[in-house]
Amino acid sequence: MTESNYDEIMQLLCDRLSSLTNSDTQITPETNLISQLSIDSIKLLNLIMEIEDTFDVSIPINALTDIHTVRGLADLVHKIKSAS
Amino acid sequence: MNLLEKLDAAAAARKSLLPNGVGAFGIPIEEVYSATEARIGDRRVLLLGTNNYLGLTFAPECIRAAHEAIDKEGTGTTGSRMANGSYFGHRALEREFADFYQCSSGIVFTTGYQANLGTISGLVGPGDTVLIDGDSHASIYDGCVLSGADIIRFKHNDMVDMEKRLRRLGDRAETTLIIAEGIYSMLGDQAPLAEIVKLKNAYNCFLLLDEAHSLGVLGETGQGLVEKTGLLKEVDFITGTFSKSLCSIGGFCVSNHPQLEQLRYISHPYIFTASPSPATIASTRAALILLSKGSDLRKQLWSNSTQLYSQLKEAGYLLGPDPGPVIAAILDTPQQALQLWQSLLEHNIYVNLILPPAAPEGKSLVRCSVNAAHTPEQIKYVGDTFFKLYNMICPHPLTSSP
Repeated sequence: MTESNYDEIMQLLCDRLSSLTNSDTQITPETNLISQLSIDSIKLLNLIMEIEDTFDVSIPINALTDIHTVRGLADLVHKIKSAS
Repeated sequence: MNLLEKLDAAAAARKSLLPNGVGAFGIPIEEVYSATEARIGDRRVLLLGTNNYLGLTFAPECIRAAHEAIDKEGTGTTGSRMANGSYFGHRALEREFADFYQCSSGIVFTTGYQANLGTISGLVGPGDTVLIDGDSHASIYDGCVLSGADIIRFKHNDMVDMEKRLRRLGDRAETTLIIAEGIYSMLGDQAPLAEIVKLKNAYNCFLLLDEAHSLGVLGETGQGLVEKTGLLKEVDFITGTFSKSLCSIGGFCVSNHPQLEQLRYISHPYIFTASPSPATIASTRAALILLSKGSDLRKQLWSNSTQLYSQLKEAGYLLGPDPGPVIAAILDTPQQALQLWQSLLEHNIYVNLILPPAAPEGKSLVRCSVNAAHTPEQIKYVGDTFFKLYNMICPHPLTSSP
């Protein structure tokens, strides 16, 4: 997968997280999903389903255990998409 | 934030939703009078917040069996079956559950939660996949996490969405366990089992159905959704609980796959816990007989359920899609749900308050569970009270959709 694909994933995540959180926090790759965005587990799981459909991949929710930041989530999606 | 500060933050969040010290969760019940009435504080209340679907908590046959078991075998087994051995009752109940579902094998677990935890974590592991409904019970989620398998969710009861996710799995579908529930505990709707079975066969995977809320409720003999749909033989593993229609505590898994027996040697939630007490096993065995012969109880349960569902719908409440013993009024905000819950309690009616994230899709629910022992008069009183409270709780039409 190319760099532009990675940017596409990052942009999509930032856009969707922004609409989900209704917060004024500026979302950057280093934004922490829990402590800064207070995104609850159900919203995050639903977002994962959306991402799966957008990129036609399977993202196991147990892989989210070690994900803390927007960059971490983008890296995970990118890795899975690249392998598919 | 240290460990204790995290708990303080959770407590503050709870307090903001539940002001004035309202104890909606884990409410103290001072005395239980019957399957339908208890005392909360100084109020004699109608119980519509239990899962006592057949109303058997005071069935004389079950109470007598429990008394006799205590007299003969004592109050507890004091250890696990692996280490301390299996009593006659444990083995008999397993055989009776297997026979009830016309299956070759059955395993009894100490709680319903552990039945899902132990079955799922025993069946799948790292490298396998579980495909679960988005509204699955926490015991299913936790069992999946414990297993180490890849967990994929599909949208609740959405078969197009489920097939999309199965297709993406490719060859991995053969090591995939699909998990669904006979009746979903929050909204009371049923899984589209025929379509799930069709997809399970098309993609050559395995299917586990949790009949926790449908055992005793659906089907001529109360087997659950498998009996109602005539699809018993198509489901690989059936789990369920003793703590709802069977009025005790414990859980089970039955299957025609002989490999189920191996779970006894690999499933931690089966091995590393004390086995059910003699009284629990004895009352469950008695209740299973009453349940299987309880077509009259089911008839009364469904009559009560459809009456209350109709009354709440006519009053204007948004409800789950299927009428049944679990009837959830879907409110726009946690504050509305809390106000309705409190007002019902002031009218001597106890129901369940379900706030996000426990309810699906961030909804707030006031959840009733109807049982066969409720009289038509009691059900009418509950329906009339919901009607009376509607305008106070919902000055504007509700906007949530199930």
